[in-house]
Formats: sequence, C-alpha cells, structure tokens
Amino acid sequence: MLTAILTGFLFAIFLVFAGKFFRGKLAILSSLIPLGLFIYFIRFIGEIANGEIITRTYSWIPSFNVDLSFKLDGLSMLFTLMITGIGFLVFLYTSSYLKGHKYLDRFYGYLGLFMAAMLGLVLSDNMITLFTFWELTSISSFFLIGFNNDSEASRKSAMTALGITGIGGLLLLAAALLLNYISGTYSISEMLTMGEAIRSNQLYPLAVILIFGAAFTKSAQFPFHFWLPGAMKAPTPVSTYLHSATMVKAGIYLLMRFSPILGGEDIWSYTLIIVGAITMLYSAIHTIFRTDLKGVLAYSTISALGILVFLIGFGTEEAYLAAAVFIIVHALYKATLFLVTGIIDHQTHTRDVTRLSGLFKIMPLVGVAAILGAISSGGIPPSIGFVGKELIYESTSKAEWMVILMVIAIVSTKILLLYAGFVAGIKPFTGKLPENLQNTKKPGIILWAPPLLLGALGIVLGIAPFLIEGALIKPLVTAMGVDASEIHLALWHGFNEVLLLSAITIGIGTALYFLIKPSAKLENGIAKLDAIAPENLLWKFNGGFKIFSQYWTRFFQNGYLRNYISTIILFTVGVVGYIMLRDGRFEIDYMRLTETTISEIVVTLVLIAGCIYTVFTRSRLAAVVAMGVIGWSICLIFVFYSAPDLAMTQFSIDTLTVILFVLVLYKLPRYLKLSDYKTRIRDGVLSTVFGVMIAMIALEVLAVPANTEIGDYYAEKAYIAAHGKNVVNVILVDFRGADTMIEISVLSIAALGVFGLMKLRLRKSERRHYD
Amino acid sequence: MRTTIILRTASNYLLPVLLLFSIFVLLRGHYLPGGGFVGGLIASIAFILHSFANGLKRTKDLLVMHPGYLIPIGLSISFLSGLAPVALFDEPFMTGLWSHEAVPILGNIGSTLFFDLGVYFVVNGVTLTIIFTISESA
Repeated sequence: MLTAILTGFLFAIFLVFAGKFFRGKLAILSSLIPLGLFIYFIRFIGEIANGEIITRTYSWIPSFNVDLSFKLDGLSMLFTLMITGIGFLVFLYTSSYLKGHKYLDRFYGYLGLFMAAMLGLVLSDNMITLFTFWELTSISSFFLIGFNNDSEASRKSAMTALGITGIGGLLLLAAALLLNYISGTYSISEMLTMGEAIRSNQLYPLAVILIFGAAFTKSAQFPFHFWLPGAMKAPTPVSTYLHSATMVKAGIYLLMRFSPILGGEDIWSYTLIIVGAITMLYSAIHTIFRTDLKGVLAYSTISALGILVFLIGFGTEEAYLAAAVFIIVHALYKATLFLVTGIIDHQTHTRDVTRLSGLFKIMPLVGVAAILGAISSGGIPPSIGFVGKELIYESTSKAEWMVILMVIAIVSTKILLLYAGFVAGIKPFTGKLPENLQNTKKPGIILWAPPLLLGALGIVLGIAPFLIEGALIKPLVTAMGVDASEIHLALWHGFNEVLLLSAITIGIGTALYFLIKPSAKLENGIAKLDAIAPENLLWKFNGGFKIFSQYWTRFFQNGYLRNYISTIILFTVGVVGYIMLRDGRFEIDYMRLTETTISEIVVTLVLIAGCIYTVFTRSRLAAVVAMGVIGWSICLIFVFYSAPDLAMTQFSIDTLTVILFVLVLYKLPRYLKLSDYKTRIRDGVLSTVFGVMIAMIALEVLAVPANTEIGDYYAEKAYIAAHGKNVVNVILVDFRGADTMIEISVLSIAALGVFGLMKLRLRKSERRHYD
Repeated sequence: MRTTIILRTASNYLLPVLLLFSIFVLLRGHYLPGGGFVGGLIASIAFILHSFANGLKRTKDLLVMHPGYLIPIGLSISFLSGLAPVALFDEPFMTGLWSHEAVPILGNIGSTLFFDLGVYFVVNGVTLTIIFTISESA
C-alpha cells in the first residue's frame, strides 16, 4: 500500500528528469499510473465486500507513536476508487486538453503529487500521517490552482486556497495532538475502540471544534466556502479532479472517519446540521446568479458538500447510506459536467453561459454526456442521482428535530441544484447555434470519451444500483459504525411521500430553468452584496493585519543593532527582574565567598577603568581598545579561577575582535555621532540595571547547593571512555562532538555570509535593474 | 600600509613560531589545556600579524590559496573522522577509535584528534576569511 502511495511521488520526481518525453505525444502514457492504481485497489473489492479490513504498518518514528500505518476499509475503498478512477480519466483528458502546453510535464507532476497525497490521506490510520498527507494535498493543490502563474487572479486564488486549507490543516494537527492527549494514541483504529472515553472527556468539545475547523475549511463550508469558486481559475481538469472527486471531499472523509469516534453528541450533530444547511442553501441560491459555467458548477459543488455535511450530522443509518450514495452521485455527475465545460471552453474559448447555445449540433456526443450529467444532478430517474435523492429525502424526513424546516431546506436546495445542473448541462447544447460559434471544431475522442463514460455510468448505476450496494455502500456504512445488513438500494421505492417530494423537486426545478435565464444583470445584482460577503470581510481583516504587522515590524526591526540589543536587554530585565522581585528575597551566602586576593582587586580595578573609559572616550578607536582591555581582564579572572582553556580561547577571540572592530570602524564616516547625551544616559541606566541584576543572580547561585552530577560524570569518564585528561577538550571533541560539528558548520556559514555581503555586491549597472 | 622595519622583520620570524605553537596547542589539547579551536585562533592571529606587518597581498601569496578553502577541507576532515567508525567498524557515528600503542609526545592517537584537526582548519579558515574580506573592502 505504501508503494501505491509512493507511486505518485516517484512519478513526480521522475518527471523532473524525463519530463520532456511527457510534454509531447507520450503524455497520454502517464494515465497508466492512476489506471494501474485503480486496478490494484479494485482487486481488494471482494475482501472489502466481505467485511474485511486490510491493514499495513511500517515503522516510522516509533518513539513518538507515529507509524506509517494504512487501513483499507469500506470508507477508504470508495475514496481510493474515486481518486484513482476519476484520476485516470482526468490524466487521460489532460493529455488532450493541455496538448502541447509548455509545462505539461510539470502539470502532470503536480497532479501525480496530488493524487498520491490524496491516497495517503484516505488510507492513513495514523493521525500524524493523516495530517502530513492533508497538508500535502493543500500544497499540491496550490501548485495546481496557480498553474497559470502569469495571471494575477490565478496566483491570488491559489494563495487564498492555500491559506484557508492550510490553516485548516494546522487545526487538524492540533486536533491530532489533543486526541493523542486524551486517548494516548495517534492510531485512528485504536481511537475507535475508545470512543466512549473520548466523548466523555472534558476536552471533547475542543477536539470536535478543531476537527470541524479542518473539515469545514477543506470542504468549503460556510463561511470558508469562498476559496472554492476562486480556485476555478485553475485549468479545468484540475477543477474536475479537485472539486468533484478529491480534495474538497477530504473534509467529508474526515467527518465520516471520525463520526464513529466523536459523533453522536449534540455539539457534533447540531453543528453539522446547521452549518451544512446554511452552506447548501446559501450556495445553491448563488448558482442562480452566475453566468460562468465553472462558477455555476463551483457553487453547486459547495452546495453538494453542504448536503453531505448535513447528512453526516443526522448520524442515522439512512443518512449515512444517503451520504455514501450521494458521494458517488456527486463525483460522477460533477466530473461529467466539469469535463464537458472544459471541452466547451477548449473548443469555443468561452464559458459564458449566456453566449452558449445549440452546441448539440456540433458535438452531439459531448451533449449526450452533458445531458446525462444534468439528469443525474437533477435526480431524475433512471439515474443514480434519483436513487441518491430519494435516500436523502427519506433520511431527512425522519429527522428528530424540526423536520418540516429540514425538508424544506433540502428540497429547495435540490431544486436549485437541478436548476444549476440544467444550466451547465443542457443550456449550452439546446436552442439555436449563435453565428460566432458556427465554426467551432469538433473535440477529439480523448476529450469526449471520459465525460461520456462517467455520464453513462451514472445511468447504469441508476438502473442497477445493486452493482455498488454490496461492494461499496455496505462496507462504507459499516465502517462508519452502523449496522448495514438491512440496506437495499433500488431505483423504484413505490408511491410514497418521498416520491411526491421528488416530483415537486423535478417540477419546480424544471420550471425554474425555463423561467430564470442566467444573465449578467443578475450577476451584477448579487455583486452589490459582496461587501458583506465572508470573503470580503476576510480581506478587510487581512488588510488590517497587514497594516498592523507593518507597524510592528518597523518598530522592532528598524535596522539599528543597538535598538535590538536594548530591546532584548530591556525584556530580559523586565522578566527576570519581575521574578526576582516577586520572590523578594536574596540569599547571599557570605560563607562561600572566598577572600579576595590583591591580583583580583587589581584586575577588577583595571576592568572598571576600562568600562568607564569605553563609555566616556570621544574616540571610537580608543573605545574599541578599552573594550579589548575589559575582555583581557575577564580572561585574567578565568586564569585565577583555573579555567585555562576558557582563558586561552577568550584571549585569542578578544584579540581578533579588536582587530575586526578596528577594520569595521575604518569604514564608518569619521565625524558621525551615533549617540547624544540623552541616549547615553538611557543606555547607561539600562546597562547598570542589567549588570546589577546579573551580579545578583550570580551571587544567589552560590547560595544554591551546586549539583555537580554532570561535571562529575564527565570528569570520571573522560579518561576511561575517551582517553583524554583535558575534560573540556574531551567534551568538545568526543562527548558532545556532534554539537561541535554543527557549531563549526554554523561558523562556516557565518564566514560565507560575510564573504557574500562584502564581495558579491552588484555592480552599478546590475544594481539599476532592481531599483 | 606603513609599518616599522622592526615589526616587519619580527613578524617574519614570529609567523613560523606562532604556527608551530598553534600546532603544539592543537596536539596537546587532549591532555592539557588547548585544542583545535584555540589552535586555529592562534594560527589566524599569526597570519593576521604577518599581514599587518607585510601587507595583505604578501600574506595571501604566502597562503597560496584563499583561506576560504580551509573551511570545506576542515569540515570534511571532521565529518570523515566521525564517519570512519561507521564505515570501518560498523559502530555508531562519531564513536572514538583509538590506537593501541601510545605514540611518543602525543600519547594515544584517536579519531578525535582528526576531528580536532578539522576544527582547527575550519576556525582558521573562518577567521581569516572574515578578517581578510573585511580588510579588503575597508
């Protein structure tokens, strides 16, 4: 299973070297990878249908309980098949859609990365790996959405998508840590066995909120929905893949995966029902006001995701069943419609639905695919969409809470979705062909075959829903912790209330399609409300934050070393001083102080004289030399207290520092005065306070009984283990040799930095270029 | 740079003496105060003194190559001394390897001595690179 996940990553790396072959005619071969994976996973379908769960574990970081453990059960099975199956069609379609594109290989690389990350996400049984793959999907989708990187709108929407879904990912990490704290494990399977304990923990609501944060941002729930329509700037195959089958469903997957663990409580159900209901209605209404085909589809996707969240909120067997079927329904019809939109865009260079009509004459097969998609999206028999809709209505009508309101909400949403599906799938193909589209070319087979296949599959599954009943739906519902033995999918349910609701939906929806024509006027109308849309509020908040951070940066990072140092010292004095004053007692053990010798007094006097001279001299050079004197005095003190190694090093370092300072000062303007009277007094006070504080700490340290355990250990082992008598050196080169290794690397980097700063300055002619 | 003839003459004699001293400090490090770090600093002081007396150009000619090259050389020596136990004896990284018989003056020779030698080169290279670079652009 690990190999399956790694395939995509390896493919992406492979493209770096062999990319040029995949830019041309061979591009189509890359679709063999998702196809192969699809075949690999479908082999497990028998075992999954029998209720088996396939697990694989690879040890990764056992000390942190993080393992690469993967689990293939009913839930992940459906997702892997969608990811690889639709992935195959998207890979195939792309080879024609972006034929001859300069960066086609790069595109495939991103797509492969994304597919692998998505597979990892749905197969992970460990929350940390889940999080890793989760963020990888965000990052790879960032590349995909921003693929047209010379368009500013494209870059901006990629950033927005990454921002929103990335933050969600961090919430997921927080949730993982919290759940680990509660349950003591990162393994999702293990959490399943202790759902009761997790739900009764007092931190449970927080964990739920974090999981919601992750799921709602990824699955574009209100008010985080706005990144998804923006993400439509991506090439259409990306929209198909990310927004019908994979990425946005990751949030749904997360909710489904965790509903047996966290679900059932009021906070879980009610939040999901309310958020789902708002999302599905809000964005379903939005579809009326869009004229861009992809815009219509994007909003109807959000709406569909809302329905799924809404259904998961119910938490009943029927609702899970409906959700499971609806995932398949949505993936099939949305992928169909997106691919069709891509073809329209590719052939006519417009996606404006008001300007498209009568295309059926030019591309009948595409038209058939589109109409099949529209039928499934509208829930019209005999499509699988109909089966899905009946199940949704049935589970909603059994709601325990405000049934009438729920039913009205879901029926209106479905009416609007039917409208949206018709606008996207039927409107461009019917009516009269406008003159400017007369010369439209016919699309090739690689373009029209994938949507036709998906559209037809929607009908086949509608007529024969038993095909997926045992293999996919039942294992999925079982994986969600509900008894699924009673499930029977059928196209025909008999005459009942649900059928009546279906008839109402289809009737009103079709009427709506004929009554409301998408127009620029409607779109402009809704644009006036943009000012209070969540997206705009976020941008405003963003702007405010930017201004704040500018002030903050200018205040602290003002480029003056002395200000940085003052800030650091002031902060230290504040914090340490507060703690010292809070305790309010200073214990100085006078007994432990040794008698001062004459030499110490002399050195101290020299040191003090050096300090005073440094501060009051007018010459910089003299100040530097006086600093050197201070340093050497300190070295002498080291010598007195028998630290010859330290003293030697300090002697050399101080000497070199003085030389360095002199060289640097040489460069400064001669008469520049860096400080005036006031700043000197301020700095003087600050240094005095700091010095006194350090002295007090040093004296207090003496009062604390010294712990010599570590020192003794080294002293004892130095000769036995490392054959050295000089403990300091032994520690440096042997006991803590790795530290030294890294330290000399840091030194090297510093030297390179100085060299780069001084030597590699741009010449004047080059510099102008960047001004 | 104007310097007295005394300093110039003295520095010519001081350079080898100081370098010898720095190596002495490096080698005795394991048993007595000293080591690669101090040794490297002393060596750089020797070269800087020479450059003050004779001008940077002469010192650079004396060094043959740019002191910056000492950095990767030193890093490699240190790293290889850490890698040796892994490669030769399948021991963990940076395990000390020791000769069985003591060498006169030096005592037992171990892989840590080579590690220290690497530190010596790196410190020398870093210090000289920084100071030469700054004094050249000053």
